[in-house]
Amino acid sequence: MADIASSEELPAAFDLARIRRSHRADHIFHALTRACSVFVLLLFAGILLSLILGALPAIEAFGFAFLWTEAWDPVREVFGAAAPIYGTLVTSLIAIIIAVPIGIGIAIFLTELCPRVLRRSVGIVIELLAGIPSIIYGIWGLFVLAPILQQIIQPGFIEFFEGVPFFESLFTGPPYGIGMFTAGLILAIMVLPFVTAITRDVFETVPSVLKEAAYGMGSTTWEVIWSIILPYSRSGVVGGVMLGLGRALGETMAVTFVVGNAHRISTSLFAPGTTISASIANEFTEAIGDLYVAALIELGLILFLVTFLVLAAAQYMLYRLEARAGGRS
Amino acid sequence: MNSIYAKRRRRNNMFLGLSAVATIVGILWLAMILVTLFYEGVSGINIAVFTETTPPPGLDGGLINAIVGSLIMTALAVLAGTPIGILVGTYLAEYGRYTRLAFVVRFVNDILLSAPSIVLGLFIYELVVVSMGHFSAWAGAAALAIIVIPVVVRTTENILVLIPNTLREAATALGAPRSHVIRQVTWRAARAGMITGVLLAVARISGETAPLLFTSLNNQFWSTDLNAPMASLPVAIFQMALSPYEDWQRLAWVGALLITMAVLFLSIIARVLGASTPSERG
Repeated sequence: MADIASSEELPAAFDLARIRRSHRADHIFHALTRACSVFVLLLFAGILLSLILGALPAIEAFGFAFLWTEAWDPVREVFGAAAPIYGTLVTSLIAIIIAVPIGIGIAIFLTELCPRVLRRSVGIVIELLAGIPSIIYGIWGLFVLAPILQQIIQPGFIEFFEGVPFFESLFTGPPYGIGMFTAGLILAIMVLPFVTAITRDVFETVPSVLKEAAYGMGSTTWEVIWSIILPYSRSGVVGGVMLGLGRALGETMAVTFVVGNAHRISTSLFAPGTTISASIANEFTEAIGDLYVAALIELGLILFLVTFLVLAAAQYMLYRLEARAGGRS
Repeated sequence: MNSIYAKRRRRNNMFLGLSAVATIVGILWLAMILVTLFYEGVSGINIAVFTETTPPPGLDGGLINAIVGSLIMTALAVLAGTPIGILVGTYLAEYGRYTRLAFVVRFVNDILLSAPSIVLGLFIYELVVVSMGHFSAWAGAAALAIIVIPVVVRTTENILVLIPNTLREAATALGAPRSHVIRQVTWRAARAGMITGVLLAVARISGETAPLLFTSLNNQFWSTDLNAPMASLPVAIFQMALSPYEDWQRLAWVGALLITMAVLFLSIIARVLGASTPSERG
């Protein structure tokens, strides 16, 4: 009977007080992680709410007409978002048109053609470039790209397209060097590593069995890419492009340097324009009067909502691919 | 028949050639940026950059107040954002992996991860600057912290999910309570990956300019007062690059080089650390 000792000598694991204590610690820790998760949701709601509240004076003053009014006159306190919205869309579109084909090309090269040794190092270089802050791209655009465009490329474009219907109006006017075209180019360089990295990851999810089957039937490499890899990874590629678009829409510093900051809608891509983020960055600290500040915050609200839609669509696309890849493997 | 083969081969060569060209164009383009950056930046580096404050136009000076300002605000933002981010990531990977709350949080977090940083600046302006009545380093740090959280959440969750369940089961079988299992076993196994996440977050915010423009503003002078406007490298670069003074533009290039070096350094360390995590087997 000696081995069944009195209850005080039971092993620690049976110490009721201790079990209760660790239960409580468990609950507290669980609640803490959950509270922090809810905090993230509150943060998101708070951002939306504060933007709406801040924009209220402008919303009341201009209503929906804010969206299609071009005037931006701080002196008479008349504000409209048409020019920044137009600039944001046009620069992002230019960026996507340039960056997507190049990005997909690089991704194809990396996954299908590149020697294995090179594949890793080129991939790493591209990922590192994706982390370089946008202000670096902006300063390069201002001091290096803009002069080149002004002296060589823009005059060439203007001359080349002279007399060609439609294109003539896109590439016209004095070559300033800065403007929406330059901003679009800089955005393209900035978005390129993103699009490339995501597309490459997506291409790598294609099961080798599928590719091997196609090769076995005598397909060329291009035919495998075009009829096997691209269709399989379509939703992922679209998701990657949308993520890039989301970046381009909200990008501030790379654009602010080179867009020209003119609240004007011009058909010419070489003309200075502005974007939503560039307007806010340039004018916010100098804005005098409640209405001016509110108008800028409303611009921010529009930007937030638009990027939300684009990013949500991107998430959905990538999630779909993930679900499929997970289900099949 | 032969003409079909020839056509297919031509097509194949053409498109593969194009993708090789795209790679060369892309890499050259990006290389050009780095080369200019080093060329312009290195020629401007001297001792004064690290010992003197930002000069008025036309005089010599350095960037020390901006460098220190960036360090202070980055440190504060990481101190505030990391614990929250890690706890959220833990919830997503451990407690609530399949709950509806986790699903929503994951979605919102991914949106915040790519949300325009200038909008986050506006939010902090409304929340902190307006209520305090003036710009301050606190506000700048808060804006940066909002950027840190989603990055840390994402990396923490990603790494915790990779930790093999057998580890958790073994610890639970020994009688360890859940919170103990998470902190003593899972976190420990995932430590390298979690540190990687924090480093990536630091790299991300050290170049952020937009959210600082109207939260911490800028400061021409030496200041460590957290209740006053504080200089930071990115904002100093922004101001100096857009000025017409050549001395300022040169300093802007130096600042840009410093930031890029810091970011590349951090990303490389993060990558090395991340590669050494043994959890790939999970």
